[in-house]
Amino acid sequence: MQVYRHRLITRIWHWLNAFSVMVLIGSGLMIFNAHPRLYWGQYGANFDPAWLELPRWPGWMTIPSYYSLAGARHWHLFFALVLAFGLLIFMIWSLANRHFQRDLRIRAAELSPANLAGDARAHWGLRFHDPENPRAYNIFQKIAYAGVIFVLLPLLILSGLAMAPGMWPWLIDLFGGRQSARSVHFIAMAAMSGFIVIHLALVFLAGTINEIRSMITGWWKVPE
Amino acid sequence: MITRRTLILGTGTVMLAGCDSFTDSPVLLSADDANRFLQRSITGRAALAKQYRPDQRSPIFRVNGTANPNTPEYYALAANRFADWRLRVDGLVARPLSLSLPQIQSLPQRAQITRHDCVEGWSAIGKWQGPQLATLLRLAGLRDTARYLVFHCADRFGALPYYESIDLVDAFHPQTILAWALNDRTLNIGHGAPLRLRVERQLGYKHAKYLMRIEAVASLAGVGQGKGGFWEDTNGYEWYAGI
Repeated sequence: MQVYRHRLITRIWHWLNAFSVMVLIGSGLMIFNAHPRLYWGQYGANFDPAWLELPRWPGWMTIPSYYSLAGARHWHLFFALVLAFGLLIFMIWSLANRHFQRDLRIRAAELSPANLAGDARAHWGLRFHDPENPRAYNIFQKIAYAGVIFVLLPLLILSGLAMAPGMWPWLIDLFGGRQSARSVHFIAMAAMSGFIVIHLALVFLAGTINEIRSMITGWWKVPE
Repeated sequence: MITRRTLILGTGTVMLAGCDSFTDSPVLLSADDANRFLQRSITGRAALAKQYRPDQRSPIFRVNGTANPNTPEYYALAANRFADWRLRVDGLVARPLSLSLPQIQSLPQRAQITRHDCVEGWSAIGKWQGPQLATLLRLAGLRDTARYLVFHCADRFGALPYYESIDLVDAFHPQTILAWALNDRTLNIGHGAPLRLRVERQLGYKHAKYLMRIEAVASLAGVGQGKGGFWEDTNGYEWYAGI
């Protein structure tokens, strides 16, 4: 049995966003290489204490692969716009077509310990969908997808904007300073990378071909 | 057989390998103009960059870029504590100026505690003092055809003199000053003595040090290699360094 699982706007946004995120992580790591130290507060430079100091990221992880802060910024500042406006359009569209309300709304009962434990057991047994309602996302999917769309991506966009020298003072203060915003930006990138690893692992476990096809054509085969 | 998976993986590899060659493509560079438009639209053209309290200043304000121009001409000026130094303001102006440091210090002053953000990622907060650039431009009488201000500097990278440029929106912004003091002391050589530009809504490389001449121009095409600044010309940094 096949079900139509992902609408066109969802599929387009998914791939556009996936590509943008990969470019932004690669170019972001190159930008980080120019000053691989992170601070908390309004200021932070070489003579100030850093809470994190890392070696430079290797070339196979960065965009471009050779050292170029200017080149990385070309990629980063272009795809930052693609990511931000893509998310904005996807959000408005998904409210209008009720994708968010229907598929991502988390109900209180789903967060009960019994339901969470039951779903965790089902994941452990590689059962990811409810046979009664195969189109519905399980609670962990909802938390992960809603977390990315409503928390991580907006946090990355706002902390990125807060690094602009002339940005609204209230936005800089929201993060506790420009260097704090830079640290939050990095931590949110790490969280996004963690999501990507888990997401890809679960696509593999749930059936790579079927899952990827559903995000290309929209049609998903319900597992037997 | 080409499965979707190999197709996707193959496409991914080609795209990553292609990244390097797209790095300086005009498509990516178009984001500079878009970001300038968006930033000025959302924050407002006259919006002030965040200002800080005296106790929020960096304990040490690090020196970056040129720490000393190291030219015979500059040494001669510095040896005399810049008594023979003059700032020229010329180009598309009605009344070209040649101002000494005491003359600049006697103009109406503005002091501001602001954050210096380097393109590399670090920030330092300090108190800067000097006249607003707008004051000098009114004294010189900017012509209607002037669109940009070019800042010519005493320092060189190899054979190339450092220069930078800004448009009139930033030139007449209240926080755009010509600073001769940092943290209540006369500017030292490392920070750009005797005079440097502060253009607080842009990144550090726009804040030209060791100022010698301010030139009003209609176009940046004839200056340097035409991209509006030393780092823009030689390394491809954005001309509008607002983010």
